[in-house]
Amino acid sequence: MSESLERSASVGELVLSLRGISKNFGAVSALTDIDFDVHAGEVVALVGDNGAGKSTLVKILAGVHQPSSGTINFRGQPVTLPDPRVALTLGIATVFQDLALCENLDVVANIFLGNELSPLRLDEVAMEMRAWTLLNELSARIPSVREAVASLSGGQRQTVAIARSLLLEPKLILLDEPTAALGVAQTAEVLNLIDRVRARGLGVVMISHNMEDVRAVADRIVVLRLGRNNGVFEPDASNQDLVSAITGASNNAVSRRAERLRMERDHSGGAQAGEHRP
Amino acid sequence: MTAEKSTSAPLALDRADARVKHEAGVAGAVRAFLDRVRSGDLGSLPVIVGLVVIWTVFTSLNPVFVSSSNLVNLLFDCSTVGVIALGIVCVLMVGEIDLSVGSISGFASALVGTLWVNQGWPVALAIIAALAFGALIGSLYALLFNRLGMPSFVSTLAGLLAVLGMQLYILGSTGSINLPYGSALVDFGQLMVMPKWVSHTLAAIPGLAMLVSGLRTFARRRAANLSTPSVAGLILRVAVITVGLELIVAYLNQSRGIPWMFGLFVGLVVAMNYALTRTKWGRSMTAVGGNREAARRAGIKVRAIYLSAFALCSLFAALGGVLAAARLASASQQAGTGDVNLNAIAAAVIGGTSLFGGRGSAYSALLGIIVIQSIASGLTLLDLSSSLRYMITGAVLAIAVIVDSLARRSRASHGRA
Repeated sequence: MSESLERSASVGELVLSLRGISKNFGAVSALTDIDFDVHAGEVVALVGDNGAGKSTLVKILAGVHQPSSGTINFRGQPVTLPDPRVALTLGIATVFQDLALCENLDVVANIFLGNELSPLRLDEVAMEMRAWTLLNELSARIPSVREAVASLSGGQRQTVAIARSLLLEPKLILLDEPTAALGVAQTAEVLNLIDRVRARGLGVVMISHNMEDVRAVADRIVVLRLGRNNGVFEPDASNQDLVSAITGASNNAVSRRAERLRMERDHSGGAQAGEHRP
Repeated sequence: MTAEKSTSAPLALDRADARVKHEAGVAGAVRAFLDRVRSGDLGSLPVIVGLVVIWTVFTSLNPVFVSSSNLVNLLFDCSTVGVIALGIVCVLMVGEIDLSVGSISGFASALVGTLWVNQGWPVALAIIAALAFGALIGSLYALLFNRLGMPSFVSTLAGLLAVLGMQLYILGSTGSINLPYGSALVDFGQLMVMPKWVSHTLAAIPGLAMLVSGLRTFARRRAANLSTPSVAGLILRVAVITVGLELIVAYLNQSRGIPWMFGLFVGLVVAMNYALTRTKWGRSMTAVGGNREAARRAGIKVRAIYLSAFALCSLFAALGGVLAAARLASASQQAGTGDVNLNAIAAAVIGGTSLFGGRGSAYSALLGIIVIQSIASGLTLLDLSSSLRYMITGAVLAIAVIVDSLARRSRASHGRA
């Protein structure tokens, strides 16, 4: 294992390999014949439009949903993920989009939920200390870890969810829209954190709609469209290529808008520079 | 974003955020408490206020109400339904309900009567059989709930009828079995009280335990660079609790003293409180009651948690039935019928356990049943019929649920769970 970690910086062993994964919800095929690989020390961004099947794929990997067909190989072994506990024990940690926190429990209880220290006589002091350590690593701005999660803002809850995923020292981290609810500083911290996690030789799968964030950290960008693989891109791929892969056409709303803005800019000769949009 | 981190170095780990008010000292503790109450985090406050009102009213109507001997009787009566209410707390914690606890308690008392008196089993074996039956029924509800998705409201309603039928069946044509006076079980339910020194020693234990664990936590938190609670506040609380309990015990010892049966009930309450607040199991119960899917995704065996909740509830119901048989020295067709069911559920809710799941405490069974038995005892002393007792208990239950709902709404708007 340590040997593979050595070379993980450049090549990286195959942590996760999906072949032919399909998932049907009744008559709807959410995923069709998906192939997907993640190596150690690699950040793979999973992008796609709404309904492309990104969250479904993550839920399959987290053990929340079961695939209708296909095989999952984790660290060289074929595995089945019948429920979230199995995924957690294997070393797959997930930060869900709908955050999956218990609002009636405090922050410490949520971070340690299911993994409490000394089950018969909860070690609150040690858990609180570890919770603060994890949160400080994330530069989290949590007012009190003894307040119920109900009193936290969306961004604070996101940080708690990420802190929880790191508790078990996983091999693979799945982040479903990790920066969607975060402020500027916290987004940067989460991206830094993703860098740090990658440097430790873990595999990271990140779903995001934010192309800037994706380019900032991803080693590979996998595009899903209508539940199918629709191309793999390098992070320096052009926006146009990515967008057309995501929407499935070169002539789409995004490119038409970009074209219109470019023409307007050309006409007004840069007078509207304040209107700058990415 | 790291600027405030460096300035926070000398502060305790959990006091680094300047935006959060942290109340210190005794005055601060009072302020924090008032803040909590205002935002709807009421805890046991409504039930204690209610208890004071009820006791004042009944005492002014008939001073015998607060006499030592009446209160000792009250404690005897509390213990049976109180144990059942403790089970109800378990199912309410996970957001479910068990409507059949009355029938299960009645069947358990009938089973003890039949096996022990009619079949000649040793009494201990008969009791174990009754408890095992209770746990079995609860496991069946959990099976129906987990595997078939049957709502507990319906499955336990069916259980109410089915188990009542079984009770009538095993009691047969005679309809009731008298338990022998002078046997240990009946003595336990009617006569046995603690010697004075035992009750005074037991009354000192909670304070001591609080002091020891409080000081230990204090030392560990300081070693871990976490903020420490005020020692003066701890000592004040310990003093108030110890003096209060000793005074109550001394007053009750003026007549017969504290019933052992009540001691058993309080012991179970304390054990359940520990299990619910200080163990992984209790944490999982609260989590499942708060957000079932989140608990599942955290790797909690949700089905096992439901199983434990239902099985414990029915187990406590059966134990309550055995105690009720001991209290009445009989197992009859009436045991567990009438208001037993609703009194047990009402006690848990009046005591502050939420009907919506995820919020509650073992102590709510203790406080709630004292409220309900106080009403019953007060009205009996006033020579009023049971019709009034039902109406008043119903009104108190309605008020308790209204308080629960309003507090829940207020907590939501104040950003508290």
